[in-house]
Amino acid sequence: MHLLKNITVACLLAGAGHAIAAQNVTIGVAIPTATHGFTGGIVWWANQAKKELEAANPNLKVIVKTAGSTPEQANQVQDLLVVNKMNALVILPLESASLTQPVAQVKNKGVYVTVVDRGLTSPNAQNAYVAGDNTAFGRLPAEYLAKKLNGKGNIVVLRGMPSTIDNERVNAFNAEIKKHPGIKVLDAKYGNWNRDDAFKVMQDYLTRFKGIDAVWAADDDMAIGALKAIEQAKRTDIKEVFGGAGAKFAVKKVIDGDKLVQANVSYSPKFIYDAIKMTATARLKGEALPAKTIIPSVLITKENASQFYYPNSPY
Amino acid sequence: MQPTPTTDRGELSPPSPPTSTRAAGTGFPALRLKGAGPVVALVLLCIAGALLNPEFATFDNLMNVLTRTAFIGIIAVGMTFVIASGGIDLSVGSMAALIAGVMIVAMNALALGPSPPSPVATVVLGIALALAFGASAGFAHGFLVTHGRIEPFIVTLGTLGIFRAVLTWLSDGGAITLDYNLSESYGPVYYQSVLGVPIPVWIFALVAVAGVVILNRTPFGQHVQAIGSNEQVARYASIRVDRVKTLTYLLLGVCVAIATILYVPRLGSATPTTGILWELEAIAAVVVGGTSLKGGAGRIMGTVVGAILLSVIGNILNLTSIISVYLNAAVQGVVIITVAYLQRGRR
Repeated sequence: MHLLKNITVACLLAGAGHAIAAQNVTIGVAIPTATHGFTGGIVWWANQAKKELEAANPNLKVIVKTAGSTPEQANQVQDLLVVNKMNALVILPLESASLTQPVAQVKNKGVYVTVVDRGLTSPNAQNAYVAGDNTAFGRLPAEYLAKKLNGKGNIVVLRGMPSTIDNERVNAFNAEIKKHPGIKVLDAKYGNWNRDDAFKVMQDYLTRFKGIDAVWAADDDMAIGALKAIEQAKRTDIKEVFGGAGAKFAVKKVIDGDKLVQANVSYSPKFIYDAIKMTATARLKGEALPAKTIIPSVLITKENASQFYYPNSPY
Repeated sequence: MQPTPTTDRGELSPPSPPTSTRAAGTGFPALRLKGAGPVVALVLLCIAGALLNPEFATFDNLMNVLTRTAFIGIIAVGMTFVIASGGIDLSVGSMAALIAGVMIVAMNALALGPSPPSPVATVVLGIALALAFGASAGFAHGFLVTHGRIEPFIVTLGTLGIFRAVLTWLSDGGAITLDYNLSESYGPVYYQSVLGVPIPVWIFALVAVAGVVILNRTPFGQHVQAIGSNEQVARYASIRVDRVKTLTYLLLGVCVAIATILYVPRLGSATPTTGILWELEAIAAVVVGGTSLKGGAGRIMGTVVGAILLSVIGNILNLTSIISVYLNAAVQGVVIITVAYLQRGRR
């Protein structure tokens, strides 16, 4: 009996030793609350990653936390470290500047940090950076529209919210359009990545400009509002409404050969899934990620649209 | 919202409760005079708009502006009752979003169910559900404020979070979209015109007229203003304060439902960003229209003008490009404060 007990204890110790050798990884995932379509997609893809990766790796734990504000996210990062003992963090910061310090502090305590999409102000606060390509997000629609309009025509632009991401996209768009002197950007107003605001701004564009050849709505949610306003005004001069980010309904329209929505540009919330997966795979092996991974934004047309169609995602 | 002394209200103060029946007649000309502030501001803005862009003064643009004002305007009419009685409701934007979401989910379920009713019947059921939902949510607010003795600010701040979170959960963070066949039958409610005027504008006008009648010509309306003026005195005058207050929230809930019924066919979907900041726009319309946030005298026509004023600012900013787009919100803020200042000067 005594012997048996000893053997059991020995086995348990060996087991524990083995587990340590195989590296238990606890990944904390800090993302924004689902407040619109895109962040809804982020939350869905993060949970998808948790489900798949935890099932495949018994040594892996993924804890997903969503925050509605910057202070809340900073608190969550703290809690993930103190309560959940995470040793890797994948974060999509709500704001770059104000989260740099809190993230730098957890990194200094030995947590491996992967920052997604919106960057931090100091690269020292992160081990790796994974992002979508905002420049291509603006450049590709400009190239596409210039080609579609044969280098001549009038475009109206709906911008997102005043932010660095929006500036990056719009600057890239304008830079490309400048190469085509026949194309004129009539105006660019904020639709705030919101359907209702985009509807109003588009209505007013339609009142103001009698000839519009194309709309760059810069986001699929805004494209819905713009399409409804065009439909209501029964305008036939518009040849293309280009949204962006590859929302499932927009990709579906591209697949179905919609009259106004014939192309899109990918900027899928799936990059949070990719970032979590890459971090988990690397950390389980004790490896590091490349310092910077840009997930390319690709032009979606009828030919390749089915690869970008995720009917189960909310976005 | 503490009741305030009636002394600073001059000729506008609602009549003392026992003699409430004679009030409407004498109060009315004074109301019209007082309401001139926002009207003057609106006229000035329209002149500026027409000078900046000739398209501003077209009939189509006018209808666009009035149609988009309808949502906030209808809610603001209901909000006038709540504010006039000394209360506040911060939840209306979230409530509208949740009503839209619940309505769409229910209509889709009916349409895609085993024995679907005709699309028109489905839409009618959806509308009935929206009204019932709005009325019960409003009643719940009123009940918590009066019987629960919780500040309306806190009650509705709480439900603001609850309503939006439930919608976000229902929609999985994405969009709840109305079934295509249903939106074909429901679409005309927003897009159709009668005698050249879009349906939402008609409904807005009806709600406004009903609001004026109820607030200025019925005992209930007089009680609302009396309670907002001085709740304690109203109690001594044997006004059933709790019941009247509850009714104001219920009325607002119904207004939110009506606004949502007009909103849903526009885009045929509800998302977690639907109705964000509507509560502030509605409250701004009420205050710009001359109703004091402290309660007391309510002015429905002022509220209507205030709501239109807010839309017109946005419309003018969209029709011109002389001001940096970054400063749009600043222009709106300046106009709101200026009009409120003019109101204050008139008191």
